[in-house]
Amino acid sequence: MVSSQDQGEPSLLSVRGLTKLFGTFSACDGIDLDIAPGEIHALLGENGAGKSTLVKMLFGVLQPSAGQIFWQGKPVSISSPGQARNLGIGMVFQHFSLFEALTVGENIALSLDPKISLSKISQEAAALSHAYGLPLDPNMHVADLSVGERQRIEIVRALLQNPKLIILDEPTSVLTPQEAERLFETLFKLKAEGRSVLYISHRLDEVRQICDRATVLRHGKVTGACDPKQETPASLARMMVGSDVAAVHREELGAPGEALLEVSGMSVAARTPFSVSLKDVALAVRAGEVLAIAGVAGNGQGELFDALSGEYPVSDKDAIKIRGRSVGRMRINDRRLLGAGFVPEERHGHAAVAQMSLSDNLLLARAHSDRKAFLSGGFASVIRHGAVRSAAARICQAMDVRKSGEDPAAGSLSGGNLQKFIVGRELDRQPSVLVVNQPTWGVDAGAASRIRQALIDLAKAGSAVVVISQDLDEIFEVATSIAVISEGKLSQAYPAGELSLERIGLLMGGIHDSTQHASHDAAMAGEAADAH
Amino acid sequence: MRIELERRPRASTAFAAISPLLALVLTLFFGGLMFWLMGKDPVATLYTFFVEPLFDVWSLHELVIKAAPLILIAVGLSICYRSNNWNIGAEGQFTIGAITGSILPVLMPQWHSVLLLPAMLIMGMLGGALYAGIPALLKTRFNTNEILTSLMLVYIAQLFLDWLVRGPWRDPQGYNFPKTISFAPEAILPELLDSGRAHWAAVFAIVAAVALWFMMRFMLKGFEVSVLGQAERAGRFAGFSSKKMVWFALMLSGALAGLAGISEVSGSIGHLQPSISPGYGFTAIIVAFLGRLNPLGIIASGLVLALTYLGGEAAQLSIGISDKISRVFQGLLLFFVLSCDTLILYRIRLVFSGNKTEAGAQKNV
Repeated sequence: MVSSQDQGEPSLLSVRGLTKLFGTFSACDGIDLDIAPGEIHALLGENGAGKSTLVKMLFGVLQPSAGQIFWQGKPVSISSPGQARNLGIGMVFQHFSLFEALTVGENIALSLDPKISLSKISQEAAALSHAYGLPLDPNMHVADLSVGERQRIEIVRALLQNPKLIILDEPTSVLTPQEAERLFETLFKLKAEGRSVLYISHRLDEVRQICDRATVLRHGKVTGACDPKQETPASLARMMVGSDVAAVHREELGAPGEALLEVSGMSVAARTPFSVSLKDVALAVRAGEVLAIAGVAGNGQGELFDALSGEYPVSDKDAIKIRGRSVGRMRINDRRLLGAGFVPEERHGHAAVAQMSLSDNLLLARAHSDRKAFLSGGFASVIRHGAVRSAAARICQAMDVRKSGEDPAAGSLSGGNLQKFIVGRELDRQPSVLVVNQPTWGVDAGAASRIRQALIDLAKAGSAVVVISQDLDEIFEVATSIAVISEGKLSQAYPAGELSLERIGLLMGGIHDSTQHASHDAAMAGEAADAH
Repeated sequence: MRIELERRPRASTAFAAISPLLALVLTLFFGGLMFWLMGKDPVATLYTFFVEPLFDVWSLHELVIKAAPLILIAVGLSICYRSNNWNIGAEGQFTIGAITGSILPVLMPQWHSVLLLPAMLIMGMLGGALYAGIPALLKTRFNTNEILTSLMLVYIAQLFLDWLVRGPWRDPQGYNFPKTISFAPEAILPELLDSGRAHWAAVFAIVAAVALWFMMRFMLKGFEVSVLGQAERAGRFAGFSSKKMVWFALMLSGALAGLAGISEVSGSIGHLQPSISPGYGFTAIIVAFLGRLNPLGIIASGLVLALTYLGGEAAQLSIGISDKISRVFQGLLLFFVLSCDTLILYRIRLVFSGNKTEAGAQKNV
């Protein structure tokens, strides 16, 4: 363990007793942190541990309720991101703030002094991005770029300010393994120049690979400071979660049965200019199978879910078959009547209405399929609130949903508990086909392992399960077979044992991606030659 | 020092109950201030405005007459607003309902039958619903903003009525006054009591309010309204259609506004004339929000707003100030209702930030 107090050289940034209260809830509670010049410092913690709140205070987005920030030994109060930039702090947010309709250069210029000309900025950005191994063409439109390339814009934008400290919030959550490797090289370059990096992540392997020191947060408090290279993933996880995480248990499944969900030749045009079209998608999931669909965010996962669920039915009725019935043109409730269940990616505003109670949210998904139990009064469809409430209580108990009060608003539950409820809501009726999009996105480790176990158990009981996920660890935990989606095209499904991480990474990148990079680099080289 | 709005961990039930009352108190305070600035005694004026009308059987009847259309329109609007459809054109649907409902008594004055009145009411509702269907069609087909289209249709409806009563529907024996012939007795909505003019529109209003309250509280349709109003995507997940909801919400509120329109013409006026409403369709928006978009709350808020109309008339007669003053009160009330509602979800916090460290930071730059 490295003590945070006995530094020989002065820290670049120190934080003492930093606290942020939201009402009565303390998101950060007396946090101490020291970042030395020229180190890559990891900030580890589960979702909701207070990482984002902490860095928002460091970057001047939020004001601390108590505590002090020291920059190069002097006390400072950072009241705005502009002031943080002036001090020498740059930040790359998890969610990008880019205008898709503008070019790379224009996006960068927006955050800089308006007096500098666009061409000068573009030139500098191109040169800088090359120097750090993050090639970017300033004339490309952001809408045409991959997520990894968009992230480069954010990084270059931060680097143009010549910061002493760069904060990266979950930078690899959107990257393929190969893109992540490239990012790490850039980080090492920054470190060699004497810049510091504050690296926020919950991916333990990464942190062990690249970080010099780590500070671990749990429930808003510092629970450990360590050298991650000296720790095992298990010991880091313990610091993060507080107890050992239950491993998901999977027995070998018997021979799969009949195909319960079949998709063939399904093509769907993009609904909006910024959504992805699906191209000739085919898949088959048999009873007892868990098909995992891997892919980097924004490659058609949402659109695939919409088509499978029937929220946006497709034009060809034979493109989708549930239990042998052609359902392409059927709407979501008719597919539910055939025994299908669905769990969308976005909890708030899609899978659940935040302001409504859990029982109302149960009704949301099951009013039609459980009409006999939940409604009475024939045509008037009077809701039997008592029956719905007791069913909601049953689901909460089965999935160990922690909540305050008897029937609280969905929005008052933590992400993990709400997700357990949303998944439990479907499991409760034993669907024969279950389609889940990002089942454990932003969910704490305990809830995630419970949800994954439930999915495996459902398949074992003879259902067909489709899991769309960006989380490769999750995919290897639950899948019996794996397919990869890229640019709206779905690869064939491989048995889970036959695919390596590297192979998935390549499939996720897609053929398109590698050619685009090549042409990009060529364009860059040409431009560099012109400049000289 | 600065003022911050801080989100509460959960909606405050105390403020949900207090907010409308707080808004009323603030309205009375600033209203009194306004009278004082005009050189009137604020207490006496407020008394004339809001209390005197309540001690007179005649004015209680007038209160009910004015509250009925406000409540009828506002309960329809509350469903519309809960479903996130913003019908601002109830005044137009009211007018069209009055016109379509008047077709039979104006064009077929010889038809005397007990069926006449029900037919008029149904035609009034149909007219209002179809007129509200125009913004629904525009919204679902062309994605236009229903706030603008429904509002603009108000002026079309009013000018259409104006043209009708000055032109083709003018009473030939009416000495050239812009009005239609007076309705036959069978076409007049009966009075409720012998003591005054209050008529059956009040019953329609109470029935509509209770029925829609039941729908919102206990029926799947009400659940659909709330879900689509709060999260359209979640509504799609539940298998609800937001397009159908646009039609349902707009046509329901249009039908009720149309019913209010024909009831007003048949019960209170007895013929069509260029002006048939002192702005009920717009005032009903305030009624809906003051009643927290809850049909039962709207019964109470409808009576409050009706009182501002009566008070305005009383103030004009006894104190000699313009009855436009009732519009000022309505505006104040809406303003304070909406701003007091902020306190349900947020609390106000004063932040005192130290400037000493700020200066240190500046030096560093």
